[in-house]
Amino acid sequence: MAKKLMKGCEAIGEAAIKAGCKLFFGYPITPQNEIPEYLSHRLPQVGGMFVQAESEVSASNMIYGAAGTGERVFTSSSSPGISLMSEAISYLAGSQLPVVIANIMRAGPGLGGILPGQADYFQATKGGGHGDYHCLVLAPWSVQEAADLVQDAFELADYYRNPVMILGDGLIGQMMEPVEFSDDRVPIKEIGPKDWAATGWKRDGRPRAIVNSLYLDADTLETHNKNLMAKYDEMKANEVRFYEDLPGEEFDLLVVSYGTVARVCSTAMENLRAQGLKIGLIRPITLYPFPYEAVSKAAKKAKAVLVFELSAGQMLEDIKLAVLGAKPIHFYGRTGGHLITPEEAAKEMKKVLQGQGGAQ
Amino acid sequence: MTELVFKYPEALTQANTHYCPGCTHGTIHRLVAEVIDELGIRDRTVGISPVGCAVLAYNYFETDFQQASHGRAPAVATGAKRARPDLIVFTYQGDGDLASIGMGEIIHAANRGEKITVVFVNNAIYGMTGGQMAPTTMPNQKTTTSPDGRDVALAGYPIRVAELISTLKTPAFVARGSMHSPLQVVRSKELLRRAFNYQVQGTCFSLVELLSTCPTNWGLPPDKACRWVETNMVPYYPLGIFKTPEGDDRAPMPR
Repeated sequence: MAKKLMKGCEAIGEAAIKAGCKLFFGYPITPQNEIPEYLSHRLPQVGGMFVQAESEVSASNMIYGAAGTGERVFTSSSSPGISLMSEAISYLAGSQLPVVIANIMRAGPGLGGILPGQADYFQATKGGGHGDYHCLVLAPWSVQEAADLVQDAFELADYYRNPVMILGDGLIGQMMEPVEFSDDRVPIKEIGPKDWAATGWKRDGRPRAIVNSLYLDADTLETHNKNLMAKYDEMKANEVRFYEDLPGEEFDLLVVSYGTVARVCSTAMENLRAQGLKIGLIRPITLYPFPYEAVSKAAKKAKAVLVFELSAGQMLEDIKLAVLGAKPIHFYGRTGGHLITPEEAAKEMKKVLQGQGGAQ
Repeated sequence: MTELVFKYPEALTQANTHYCPGCTHGTIHRLVAEVIDELGIRDRTVGISPVGCAVLAYNYFETDFQQASHGRAPAVATGAKRARPDLIVFTYQGDGDLASIGMGEIIHAANRGEKITVVFVNNAIYGMTGGQMAPTTMPNQKTTTSPDGRDVALAGYPIRVAELISTLKTPAFVARGSMHSPLQVVRSKELLRRAFNYQVQGTCFSLVELLSTCPTNWGLPPDKACRWVETNMVPYYPLGIFKTPEGDDRAPMPR
């Protein structure tokens, strides 16, 4: 298929359709409105169903009900809306339902603002809702990668029977870039029959389907918890994704960032490399499971680490866990909806290279 | 030649329920199961259980089930029915679940005209959590959170859900029955049959409110609890059909 210039949100919507998703339930919130708007006209064209819910609370429970029948289902929202969905996300994880959720992050907390942010990292990767659970979290840095990851997300969700979150900042949703949908995309996972789904019990061999996260007996619940943990361990073993661009086995500075911030950092790094500075970049693509080992290995080759985020320092905590004090870690974050410019990023990199600025 | 005229419903499991002695949930389960059997829809029915006394309903119905979070059963049912319109989807909700935390979901599911059936069990109290005040608690009714009786100046008046839903323009079947006497139980079954049948025909949203007892939290023996429904609840919550998709006039039910 030919390349097409698309807005990030629209590419995300089209990618869901390409992944065979026929169901979207959502609620308007900026800066992701183009996802429901796009799907409200595209889904009926492919025999699908778009429902505008009365709230994010309701939308997130609609996807629960739809996923419980085994059909592929999608919703999207932005930070405050994801907070409202968090209860349902906990239920979805507890009931082991495959759904894909896009969070096009804005700056917070509270109502915050509608400009881009990355301050939902904790919420996305550490929980958000109650109980021991995780979403598998994918963070694109371009519109093309967003489109690709959405298609992967549906397969990962089905394979693990777990919610998968696309975590993009507002910039990913709002910018336009060329995007291409492959006609012969190879599935990344083999999906078995969904014999757990509630589709009417025919007494034909499969057990009666009960989509549920309630286990009143402590032993039974702990067994359920252990089964979930085993699933997360499998994700950690098989699904960690990252991008790295390291200048050899020894260099002066390792930059870590994700999403569009990593693209800005990459530009800054290229400019400084042209001046002879030895800088490497590592970009986590799966924020959960987090590429601890890759960051740890890369940090061992560098003299110092510098983390960039559009937050007050959230992924920073995972970098500290990865580096475990082996190297000094520096942080530069912008909040309020401010982006980081390549010049700003380059200035911070130079500062660390020149031994200025305190480590974390 | 003998003819089988009465049997255990196919749509009920053999499990003993956890419901308190004298509670009307068991009878309502039976009515729903009989209707499912009579309409021949057991193998394509999916129930949605609430949070509340009926949270474990999935153990008692011989159908596939989904368990919803508190109040959200109509949203979960919406998702299931939109995904698979060939399924018969019903929610089974109490008054705390439906009329308090889930008021938004029920109003909007009804207003969208979701082709689902809602079995709404109104016993004027939170049962499972230990007898707290519900939006449906009667004026001056004592509960663990209204120890001096519901003060309507502070808590407002009980919400009449069937009447509220029936004000919506979207076509629907909305009715209220009661479980306080054998006669009313038989009439309630007829309401449930009509409600499920509208879904089978793909006609409209349907909701049946059933006045029920909570002997444990009301502190009354079962027979007195039934009399309490008749004496205190029925005058405030009139029985009858409030709305039909055919646009019939409201039909009060004989007492």
